[in-house]
Amino acid sequence: MDRKQCCVKLSVQPSRGLMDEKFIVLVQNALPGSQLTIRALHQCEDGHSWEAFGHYTADTTGTINVSEDPSIRGTYSGVEQMGLLWSLRPIPGSKPGLRMRKKNIQTPMEVTISVYQGHQTEGFADLVPLSGVVVERWYMAPGVRRIPVTEGGLTATLFLPSGPGPFPGLLDLWGGGGQLVEYRAALLASHGFASMAIDYLTSKFTMETGKMVDNQYFETAYRVLQQHPQVCGSKIAMIGLSFGTSMTLKMAIYSEVIKLSAAVCISGSHVQPVEGSVEEIMGFFQKNAGKTRFNEKNEAIWRDLLLPIPTDPSLKADVGRLQCPLLLVVGEDDQNWPAQESALDIKEMMARAGNSHLLTVLSYPNAGHLIEPPYTPHARSSTFKTVEIQEKVMCLWGGQTVEHSRAQEDAWKKILVFLRENLYGGRNPTSFSHL
Amino acid sequence: PKQWAVLKRDEECMKLLSAMTQVVPPILSVTPCRALVDEKFKVLVENLPPGCPVTVRSLHHSEDKDDWEAYGHYVSDHSGVVSVSEDLSYGGTYTGKEPMGLLWSMRPVPGSRPGLRLRKMNVCTPMLVTISVHSGHEGFRDQAPLASVLTERWYMAPGIRRININEQGVQGTLFIPPGPGPFPGLLDMWGGGGGLLESRAALLASHGYVSLALDYLGFDQESENLEFKYFETAFNIIKDHPQVMPDRVGIFGLSLGSLVAVTLAAYSTIVKPCCIVCISCNHYYPARGSTVTSKFEGVTRWVLSLSARVNEDNQVIWKDVALEFITDPSNIAEVGRINCPTLLVNGCDDQNWPTVETAEDVARLMREAGKEHLLSRLAYPDTGHLIEPPFSPHFRATTFVMRSSKEKVILLWGGQTKPHSDAQEDSWRKILSFLQFHLYCGPNLKAKI
Repeated sequence: MDRKQCCVKLSVQPSRGLMDEKFIVLVQNALPGSQLTIRALHQCEDGHSWEAFGHYTADTTGTINVSEDPSIRGTYSGVEQMGLLWSLRPIPGSKPGLRMRKKNIQTPMEVTISVYQGHQTEGFADLVPLSGVVVERWYMAPGVRRIPVTEGGLTATLFLPSGPGPFPGLLDLWGGGGQLVEYRAALLASHGFASMAIDYLTSKFTMETGKMVDNQYFETAYRVLQQHPQVCGSKIAMIGLSFGTSMTLKMAIYSEVIKLSAAVCISGSHVQPVEGSVEEIMGFFQKNAGKTRFNEKNEAIWRDLLLPIPTDPSLKADVGRLQCPLLLVVGEDDQNWPAQESALDIKEMMARAGNSHLLTVLSYPNAGHLIEPPYTPHARSSTFKTVEIQEKVMCLWGGQTVEHSRAQEDAWKKILVFLRENLYGGRNPTSFSHL
Repeated sequence: PKQWAVLKRDEECMKLLSAMTQVVPPILSVTPCRALVDEKFKVLVENLPPGCPVTVRSLHHSEDKDDWEAYGHYVSDHSGVVSVSEDLSYGGTYTGKEPMGLLWSMRPVPGSRPGLRLRKMNVCTPMLVTISVHSGHEGFRDQAPLASVLTERWYMAPGIRRININEQGVQGTLFIPPGPGPFPGLLDMWGGGGGLLESRAALLASHGYVSLALDYLGFDQESENLEFKYFETAFNIIKDHPQVMPDRVGIFGLSLGSLVAVTLAAYSTIVKPCCIVCISCNHYYPARGSTVTSKFEGVTRWVLSLSARVNEDNQVIWKDVALEFITDPSNIAEVGRINCPTLLVNGCDDQNWPTVETAEDVARLMREAGKEHLLSRLAYPDTGHLIEPPFSPHFRATTFVMRSSKEKVILLWGGQTKPHSDAQEDSWRKILSFLQFHLYCGPNLKAKI
């Protein structure tokens, strides 16, 4: 065995981190000037394998520092500290239309990072790496408590930060796919917000009765959160993505019960029948299903369903009545919802109403619909099933990987600062500088 | 009047803090929240009123069910921030700018039983430490904390495999880093306290070494030869492991463990360690025919029978008695026979063993044998006997149970907390770089290039 090969040392610091924390991948003791490939491998809960890799050249001290040195080519190129995570994609031969989402957030995502001799692009499974380490990526910080909530007919999970509190609260909503998606709420709790992830489309109630929930469901969630002894009842915000935006705006503007300190709306729209129930709003979108387009790959584009933005005020949530700060996050290449057009219209409506000082818009060129916490793979399209449509369809979300990943990183940081400002009343938050 | 003004301001500040926290508490963060035990963290408190006195405290509930704590008194800046990495602690269990003071200055909480030592026996789970922030300085414990977070301190990096070893009569625990290898290896031994301590071997594996924590006391080996064979067999178990580079196996010993290291390096015809690290080195090797275990028993019985120095706190000091033993040249190992790079680490305030004199003696003997170029030494002022990986608390004296008689004594190890902790941090970094140089790079590799 070649002794030279044995001595390459690979380290990743920190070896255990939160999902949104950066790490430094360092190769040492390599032959100066040697060509090496650094690769990440992850097997997700569904059993699919994902990989990412970059081609590097060791410097004269035999060192490669991924946060400082450029990858010449691979699934990412240039100086990309976290490229090994955000550029992960299913290994060749995988089923098409995969999307990586962790269901069990009490265990970490395990990624094996290895270094190989030469510039390799395929067949990694048959190669022996020079060195390999395992990295753990966590959604939950130590001490964060996960509490299933069934009170008042809710299907929800509350994540409480560690410590006595009280903590500001957060209601966390995902989109038309339904299910109880916990990972963002777990991560937000790790940043000090008592966060409740809510299943409002496929709740136990809906599955048993076949009926959609009504407005009271959200108000119940708000009340449960507000009354929790470790939650600051006067500091509750709501965060929604996609269809979750529709619900968030609806509650923020029209609910007599829900009084939000702030709202975050990602990749969504204010277009909805005002005073409509959840069912009616869903129905409104379904009515326009005929406007679905398909691209050359037969991927469904749904952004036209809500276009053109109506002028009829009864078809738009009246954002002029908003009394809390609103952060809109928009991907300009969103192929699923007309988030950009909606954002423009929201801006106009609020300017006319005189409350545009409450509005902040983050708009990202070439970012798609699924703007999620950073460093997980971008899915430009994936198989998707909404609660209305019974079969799976290949849905085009949009976005170009590099810009989309940058958008996720930037948006997440700004969302945390926005929430901190409005819920903690903080000044100069310094603790996110490591993100 | 000036003091009065300050007091009043503090009072007002605390009232303000109390009022604020009904609505909006301070924000405490520890980054990273999960780390290896030898990694640093940053503790930050935000959202406090400006100029506010607070206490940042750490609390750990040990496996032995004792509570350990450390704390520092701080004052927030104009933006309401306290940064433990950058601000001065005005008092507590540590003072000054001490990013890791909340760990290394830990001691048992008031009211605990005396002579405690903190050692984690189960290295598969992390050490849990609660960091909290409290209002005020004096009497900070009287109220509930304003905020607290839990941080995990790990001995094992992800992917490390832990394997119980019980073969060829050898007992211990083997830790293997993740990855294909092959890796350099280390035989790791603690001192006369007995029991199998895995913490350092697990940590060394996290730094890329296949490490065997060896259980070697209490086996009552029948003879010195058999015992020597035990150590050689243990060394070979590492060397012969398919994932270990056979010519890159070293030995790491503390106290009595370092005696094993030097004797293997000096006398073994079977094993050739690539390098050795000796912390608080012991080279006492009298009259052939007695095992390490019995030598140790002998020393301890002798020391107690001589009612060897007991200080005013009733703590037993072995150093002076042991010094008499090692002045006789026939009582010491022939370290001039060592042929591999050797690193000696000792504390100048070691009260348990005359390691200062030992280190001098080893240097002299190796110099006389023309082996001086192999030796490196680190000696730390005000540092005691138990030089452990960084950020573990310092114990000046702890309870020690005599293996045979079950008698309990309080042994004085020495050292003052701050310099001892600095020594732990500095020596660990230098030990790792010594190991990396000799076991990962090595002269052979350079010759190939």
